Amino acid sequence: MSTLAIRDLHVSIETDQGTKPILRGVDLTINEGETHAVMGPNGSGKSTLAYTIAGHPRYNVDSGSITLDGEDVLAMSVDERARAGLFLAMQYPVEIPGVTVSNFLRTAKTAIDGKSPAIRGWVKDVRQSMDNLRMDSAFAERNVNEGFSGGEKKRHEILQLELLKPRFAVLDETDSGLDVDALKIVSEGVNRAKDATGLGVLLITHYTRILRYIKPDFVHVFVAGRVAEEGGPELADRLEDEGYDRYVSAAAAAS
Amino acid sequence: MADRSETDTVTTLSTDPEHPAQGSTTPVVTGTGTRPAIIADATASHGAGSPVPVQTRNERFASTDVSAFPPVTGREAGWKLTPVDALQGLIAGELDGGRYELGIETTEGAEVTWVGRDDARIGTAGIPEDRAAANAWSSFQEALLVRLTGEEPSSTTLIRSAFGPTARGAHTIVDAKAFSRGVVVLDNRGSAQLAENVEILVGDGADVTVVTVQDWADEAKHVANHFAQVGRDAHLKHVVVSFGGGVVRVNPSVTLAGSGADGDLLGVYFADAAQHLESQVFLFHEADHTKGRVEYRGALQGEGAHTVWIGDVLIGPDATGTDSYEQNRNLVLTDGTRADSVPNLEIETGDIAGAGHASATGRFDDEQLFYLQARGIPEEVARRLVVRGFLSSIVQKIGVPALEVRLQDAIEAELAGEAR
Repeated sequence: MSTLAIRDLHVSIETDQGTKPILRGVDLTINEGETHAVMGPNGSGKSTLAYTIAGHPRYNVDSGSITLDGEDVLAMSVDERARAGLFLAMQYPVEIPGVTVSNFLRTAKTAIDGKSPAIRGWVKDVRQSMDNLRMDSAFAERNVNEGFSGGEKKRHEILQLELLKPRFAVLDETDSGLDVDALKIVSEGVNRAKDATGLGVLLITHYTRILRYIKPDFVHVFVAGRVAEEGGPELADRLEDEGYDRYVSAAAAAS
Repeated sequence: MADRSETDTVTTLSTDPEHPAQGSTTPVVTGTGTRPAIIADATASHGAGSPVPVQTRNERFASTDVSAFPPVTGREAGWKLTPVDALQGLIAGELDGGRYELGIETTEGAEVTWVGRDDARIGTAGIPEDRAAANAWSSFQEALLVRLTGEEPSSTTLIRSAFGPTARGAHTIVDAKAFSRGVVVLDNRGSAQLAENVEILVGDGADVTVVTVQDWADEAKHVANHFAQVGRDAHLKHVVVSFGGGVVRVNPSVTLAGSGADGDLLGVYFADAAQHLESQVFLFHEADHTKGRVEYRGALQGEGAHTVWIGDVLIGPDATGTDSYEQNRNLVLTDGTRADSVPNLEIETGDIAGAGHASATGRFDDEQLFYLQARGIPEEVARRLVVRGFLSSIVQKIGVPALEVRLQDAIEAELAGEAR
């Protein structure tokens, strides 16, 4: 069984005002097939966790570890992490002018698998996944994220999730900016990927809304760079009713 | 009358001769303004070298006689971004203007011959505005004539790979009869020290593509001026492809002379370490209802890679209903490069359909790299994917399939850093 383990992770970034610590000792263990929701107020370090797992150069790991089945993820380059089976669905996917979606997907698939996908099966898979996500076939010939609406960008992220078949996916606020129809479509995509490959999911969100469609096994509440509380799905219900005020004021009192 | 003039939103840009770009990746595009009136290249100067504060682009000193031009110092508006020391042999030296060896491939509807200096066509498309062009003009003994007569599309490739180390002056005429259609490719390879002029006469209703490919050996030096006159309802697609060569300067000057004439001026270049690739493009909307599109794109990588693009567009007083747009985009791949990009737009009539310009020089973006790497794509592959995409948008517009394939391969080779 695959496991993504995060141990006592401390992460900082460089700012004009000097080094700013963001994560202050995060512990998380995600097994394959499990869905963990990470929730928290703005600025609590949720996205930092996502980008640190993916290896964005802006984030400095000061101490702690991230391992995938015992392998040191922090020692891997960004592309090595992806090839090892990690996937980050980004909150703000970037535009890549001049590179079509179809070319991009094929290049990524080839990189992940170490060989080009068999052309017929691949074309069929792409078409099927696009149909599932209600994406027009013309989409494949557009440049990556160029001129995409917010909803199209998120669907494109989930399209990649379905086609690249990672072992663990971090979804960074995939629900933000989506109307309810798009949210359902995107959530269905995540659930399909879970059913198909036993994907482990780290679902980062500010709101509980997406948890109606993607059921978490565990909920972690992030406040000020730490996990302030953990529990089962019922914790999400409680957050829905009470919000983050309780944690934020507790953190303020502690600091 | 549909007057959707955009002149009031045109931003004027010009170089500041005293403050060239500092640092490695700054484009030399400075200054802004919203003046909808006549804008001129304030740095232009007459042949005698006296500064003239405001001068319309088509009023520059011109002569076919090299001795009419003063020596080039590198301070002149047209030379100040060019490594003139490396080119003095072509600017001021003696040139061999005799016939040269070349390979000719033509299909029906096109013919290639040598003609004498007394040929009536010579000098009808334009005459030199700089000393190197005048030197070539004063030197050539015979001109190579490509005559397009067929209304069915013809194809002509001039394979010029045997210039060798001798400094040469050359003259080429592309004479496209009314309603003819054809593609002419100047396929330049190997060693060369070449100054040349190319005249392109596009007859009424003709549809002509002229492509000049600079795929020279590393030490080659090449200064070319192309002059084109495009007739009524005719279309010229002019393409400059510069990949190989030490110092390469190809300056196309296109006049949309007949009503409804249409010009597509395209360029794609890839400068490696120590390479200088330059194009000064001039598009003159002389007649009414002419349409012009100028689009040049380039990539730079390696210490000392330098590209220069100066795009002048002049919309003359009679060019009502004109539709014009020019743009230059550069992608900087490494430190130590320099991309100069200078768009200039002059408008002498208020009644135009549209005119605009754009210039952008950007680095290969770290966030783009992160996104692609986060999908498992290694850095080198990611870089290649982005550059290929960036340059392909021009290559795909050339419309000559065999050439497109070759250029895509050349881009791949550049990216792989292969010696060319």
